[in-house]
Amino acid sequence: MAAPPLLANHTPEGGDNTPSPEDGASTPPPAAGDGDPAPPRAGEPPRNPWAPEAPPPRRAPGIEEIFRQRRGGNGNKSGNGKDGKDGGKDGAPPPDLSHLLRLPPRHNGKSWWPSIIGGSLALGVMLSSVHALGLHEQGVVTTFGQYSKTLQPGFNWTLPWPFQQVEVRDVTTIKQLSVPNGEAENLMLTSDQSLVNISYVVRWSIRDLKLYSFQLKDPEGTVTEVAEAAMRASIAEVKLNDVMGGAASAEIGAHVQQRMQAVLDAYHAGVLIQGVDLKKADPPSKVNEAFQKVQAAQQDRSRYIQQARGYAQQTIARAEGEAAAFDRVYTQYKAAPEVTRRRMYYETMDRVLSQNDKVILPNGPTTYLPLPELRRRAEAVPDGNALPQPQPQIGGAQ
Amino acid sequence: MIGTFWQEHRLTLSVVAVAAVVALLSVVEVDETEQAVVLRNGAPVSVINKFKPNQDFGQTGAGLYPRIPFFETLVRVDKRIQPIEMDRQLVISSDQQRLEVDAFALYRVIDPVLMVSTAGTMDRLKEQLQPILNSRLRRGLASHTFQTLLTAERGAVLAQIRQQFDREARQYGVQVIDVRIKRADLPEGTALERAFANMESAREQEATAIRADGQKQAQIIEADAEARAAQTYAASFGKDPGFYDFYRAMKSYEATMANPQIKSGTTIVLTPDNDYLRQFRGGGKATPAQGGGKAK
Repeated sequence: MAAPPLLANHTPEGGDNTPSPEDGASTPPPAAGDGDPAPPRAGEPPRNPWAPEAPPPRRAPGIEEIFRQRRGGNGNKSGNGKDGKDGGKDGAPPPDLSHLLRLPPRHNGKSWWPSIIGGSLALGVMLSSVHALGLHEQGVVTTFGQYSKTLQPGFNWTLPWPFQQVEVRDVTTIKQLSVPNGEAENLMLTSDQSLVNISYVVRWSIRDLKLYSFQLKDPEGTVTEVAEAAMRASIAEVKLNDVMGGAASAEIGAHVQQRMQAVLDAYHAGVLIQGVDLKKADPPSKVNEAFQKVQAAQQDRSRYIQQARGYAQQTIARAEGEAAAFDRVYTQYKAAPEVTRRRMYYETMDRVLSQNDKVILPNGPTTYLPLPELRRRAEAVPDGNALPQPQPQIGGAQ
Repeated sequence: MIGTFWQEHRLTLSVVAVAAVVALLSVVEVDETEQAVVLRNGAPVSVINKFKPNQDFGQTGAGLYPRIPFFETLVRVDKRIQPIEMDRQLVISSDQQRLEVDAFALYRVIDPVLMVSTAGTMDRLKEQLQPILNSRLRRGLASHTFQTLLTAERGAVLAQIRQQFDREARQYGVQVIDVRIKRADLPEGTALERAFANMESAREQEATAIRADGQKQAQIIEADAEARAAQTYAASFGKDPGFYDFYRAMKSYEATMANPQIKSGTTIVLTPDNDYLRQFRGGGKATPAQGGGKAK
């Protein structure tokens, strides 16, 4: 047979195979592939002797060969069980794969596969029927799609898939919904048709997992939309200054919370609104400058008031001081009126007359003399002749 | 081994497999979140898990159902409340104000057979409901004033719109649960600019008012202080007006004529018969109060 040398390359690979009778049965096909081509060609016209002979014979029986090999392979498997493939005659990789898949033989000579399949099935059943829920989790159990119960935290047993399915959700953790999402301006109209830039946070959690799971198609999205609607409705009811004042912000938050809860309850959404907090209520950036002017005006107002208070304190203090001084003096005066009066008179005159120029005229100041002027001239012209000179001027002045 | 088993029981195994497939095909699972219309040869014969109000979950018809494979098909229709968003709409209120409105509605399919026969699928249903909602809202809002749309009264307006929308949606086997305005904004452009301008002028007016108020308060504070000072003066000086006159005159002379800071060079002209010079003349007695009073 021509087969042995051809197979020689492959035998080392399949060396540990015990040569089975099937091997013998399967070897002929490739042999036929090599050896048989001659007879059919005998009937054919002579061919180009230079042409390679190999390709045509291989091609023609190729398909047949494959089929035969397949059958042979199957035969091997059914006969040998685990080590069925003893290296393909065509040198294809399958024999290597069989190495990897091969498991050590069992005591009773049976395959491992049933146990592996059975084991993994059992594991799957275990995994889909034991549920360990965290403290903040609950699970909805559906039996063939129908709701049966809600699992509480801890270990729970259910029927395995596909009988029962469990969907576990975080229930008690409070979710936060920030509007707007990001730093964009979120302008809302107030009752006085002004715009205010609002950002807020809604804190919510699942109150009833059953309702939450089955009632709304998009419960989370609905919470967002209801929040938007409620917030805008509440802002539209108040005036701009009340929103911005900050004092009303807690009130607005409570109002929105109430509104949202009422609406979501009407939907049976199974959602609890924990709170709504206004994070920011600012004027729109376009009119920010005008709002700063108001702030400046407020500062001006308090400055005016401060200044007035300062003046008031000063005025009152002076009044009190003067009154107190008078009272002191008056007490003295009452003790000795005549003497005190004279003393004060002379003391004042001392100071007044000592610091001023004095002129004593017998007839009083019936005519006006520019005395300081005269004196200045007298000083400028020491000879004293300058003195009569102003006289006509005086006359003129009269 | 498997191979021999297969070869020996080929027929049995095939029968079992076919039977299993047929068994699977003849049972359907209907989820709690869906209702299913059973079509036999294309014609609806029954509805599984149809929505009924006030029915608790678990008590509905969800679960496993038998069906005749190949002859009966199921159309699944969502049972939950569906959100539908309206496209942003420009609404002109009855007082010709323009308002950009974002709204949403919630609806539920209550008659799945009708819904399947009129719209077909949930997606197509949504497509058909959208324009109805849009036009209902626009028309419903347009008959109200701008202020109404902003304030609490809009709740009533929306209830009315919901009713109208519901009436039309019933043709599709749909119940409209709620219609809400999510946003009502002034449209970009003149309306928004005007609102900003209004806000600005309002702020300026406020600023002016605040300043004026500050000035007013300052004046009041100052006047109060002056009044209190006058009261203090009066209480003190009123005890002896005659002496006060003298006392104050002395202070005044000192302030005007004896102040070393005012060096104007006042010249005081005295007549020899002046009271101050009485002793200078070697004269007799005079009342300094009168003299003091007339010193200037």
